[in-house]
Amino acid sequence: MAEQPESAQLWQRLRQFTNARIGLGRVGDGLPTKAHLAFQQDHALARDAVHAHVDFAALASTVQAEFPHILRLKSAAVDRASYLKRPDLGRMLDADSRQQLATLQSAPATIALVVADGLSAVAIERHAAPLLRLIKQQLSELGWSLAPLSLVEQGRVAIGDEIGELLGAELVVILIGERPGLSVADSLGIYLTYAPQRGRTDAERNCISNIHPQGLSYAAASELLVYLLGQARQRRLTGVGLKDERQRLSQPTNSSLE
Amino acid sequence: MTIYQHTIRQNRYQFDSLKTLLAKATPERSGDALAGLIAANAEERVAAQWCLADLPLTTFLNEVVVPYEADEVTRLIIDSHDQQAFAPIRHLTVGGLREWLLDYRTDSQQLAVVAAGITPEMAAAVAKIMRNQDLIAVAKKCQVITRFRNTLGLAGRFSSRLQPNHPTDDPQGIAAAIFDGLLYGCGDAVIGINPATDSPQAMTSLLHLIDELRQRYAMPVQSCVLAHVTTALQVIERGAPVDLVFQSIAGTEAANRSFGIDLALLNEANQAARSLGRGTVGNNVMYFETGQGSALSANAHHGVDQQTCEARAYAVARAFEPLLVNTVVGFIGPEYLYDGKQITRAALEDHFCAKLLGLPMGCDACYTNHAEADQNDIDNLLVLLASAGCTYVMGVPGADDIMLNYQSTSYHDIRFVQSSLGLRPAPEFEAWLQQLGIVDQAGLLIANERHRLLQSAAQLGGL
Repeated sequence: MAEQPESAQLWQRLRQFTNARIGLGRVGDGLPTKAHLAFQQDHALARDAVHAHVDFAALASTVQAEFPHILRLKSAAVDRASYLKRPDLGRMLDADSRQQLATLQSAPATIALVVADGLSAVAIERHAAPLLRLIKQQLSELGWSLAPLSLVEQGRVAIGDEIGELLGAELVVILIGERPGLSVADSLGIYLTYAPQRGRTDAERNCISNIHPQGLSYAAASELLVYLLGQARQRRLTGVGLKDERQRLSQPTNSSLE
Repeated sequence: MTIYQHTIRQNRYQFDSLKTLLAKATPERSGDALAGLIAANAEERVAAQWCLADLPLTTFLNEVVVPYEADEVTRLIIDSHDQQAFAPIRHLTVGGLREWLLDYRTDSQQLAVVAAGITPEMAAAVAKIMRNQDLIAVAKKCQVITRFRNTLGLAGRFSSRLQPNHPTDDPQGIAAAIFDGLLYGCGDAVIGINPATDSPQAMTSLLHLIDELRQRYAMPVQSCVLAHVTTALQVIERGAPVDLVFQSIAGTEAANRSFGIDLALLNEANQAARSLGRGTVGNNVMYFETGQGSALSANAHHGVDQQTCEARAYAVARAFEPLLVNTVVGFIGPEYLYDGKQITRAALEDHFCAKLLGLPMGCDACYTNHAEADQNDIDNLLVLLASAGCTYVMGVPGADDIMLNYQSTSYHDIRFVQSSLGLRPAPEFEAWLQQLGIVDQAGLLIANERHRLLQSAAQLGGL
């Protein structure tokens, strides 16, 4: 492999200002082998994150103690290819899942928690269980009732609204894997909707995004979630009319891609 | 209403409108399937292509795909159609136009003459019955030259936008990426930053950052901060150093409204930027980005396929004589362009249609991580685009845009394609690169560990 020229040290120092791939060096017009393979590695991780399957059975048994009643649901997208090509199918339940919810005898609850794979299986596998525990603990302290926990395969954000509606919940909260970037493949997002029902738009939801070890911490995310849920119940809405108006306790977030 | 039809063996295919015919004739892509507009099978697609090939070009002046009364882009297309420019091709069908375009006798000069007589729908239609090689061969014959502080689009030239984005607009991080890119000979099309926040303050400070660098090194380049056009108008008012005004545009009035713009606003911005007179060799001041699928994603496509909607955006662009236009071809995601094959096809279509209509067309050859594509697809596309005479592509450090979270082409990629195909950057910029000792007379990079720009980079942050 190419030897390091003296400018390599300069670029190393400049990287404190940016995570961009600056100062990679060159061989002819091409990339040195190390920089080339580093890129390949990051793209491989992102691709695997998109195409991996979440082991929802394992997730269910991990959180069984906190969530005794767990529903296993599927979207109408039958596989990853149809999930990627047809966002509309990922936003609706398949017939069996809808039937399962329709026949469920459960009392109306304040909050319905939903977990969907979205675009990153690794985000769910790494972060869903610890976040669910933390959220559950904080909601229990407030005395808010919880609907059964829903785990959804091939789900997009809006599928939470259909689930929340069928469960008769006042609010739905969905934890979902975000689209992997080249630097972060395991980012998780949380979306919440007041009075969830099919046909709600993005403008009627709030989003807490960028939850991963280099981004927003579990504690900061669940604190912001509980704050937004409280405001949403008080003001009877979510979406563009509901903003994080705390005194900069944590970064406000805009809605982002799944 | 006219019924369009074609029979293959015993199967008679009927298409109830021009827009249906165009949609069914379009090579397969996920966005048209999502919209429910795609041909049911390959046979129906080719039947539509046969039918389209026999259609007289004058049809497009008599039947519009989006109603004239409901859409200012349609009104722009119809009202600005130049009958005199159209005269040499008036008698042709779509199939006849394909052959006329490929003919040896149809040269750059003739293509420039007819450009104002070709509507976006005609360009989209002929593209649908052209193979990739046809799209490349004809686009290569089109020459579109624009100028601000340098001259873009000359034969044998291939330019680049230096795209030094940063997730928090950190000026030192951005400057470091600019120095890096300049040392690879990138940036002659524009040094263009997508700001993380669309505010007048952020835009102004980034503009000053680039402008100071430009003046310090006497670079023959232009700058742009790709904020919303209304933000640009505000900072122009306050005296910020605005070279180019940027805006994303689409092919229907409703889609443009979803971007918060209309033709009147673009006209106001064009006039405002021109009035500053900051160009030295010319005064093309607008920079537009487009991309297939944007009208559908705004639910503003009127049942028109995404390639035809895209071509209509070029009618919007050419009304303002832009310095730069590029499609951001793989950014929108796999629900519109599924894989490397669809992205490649769309990029070549977009480049061809825009050049045919007389635009200085570049391409952001790119993909997201949930598309079935990788850097090899982008390498292939880059060679195809450069062969087609594409005006410019993006130069992103390491091809990884850490602000917009997608992968495009890198500083290295631009060097690769220039070297491999014998292409050079814009002449004024090339002379500057030689003067600064960045490239030699043959256009090769000169290794210099003590280059002036490296020493300047070392000053960042008081290091």
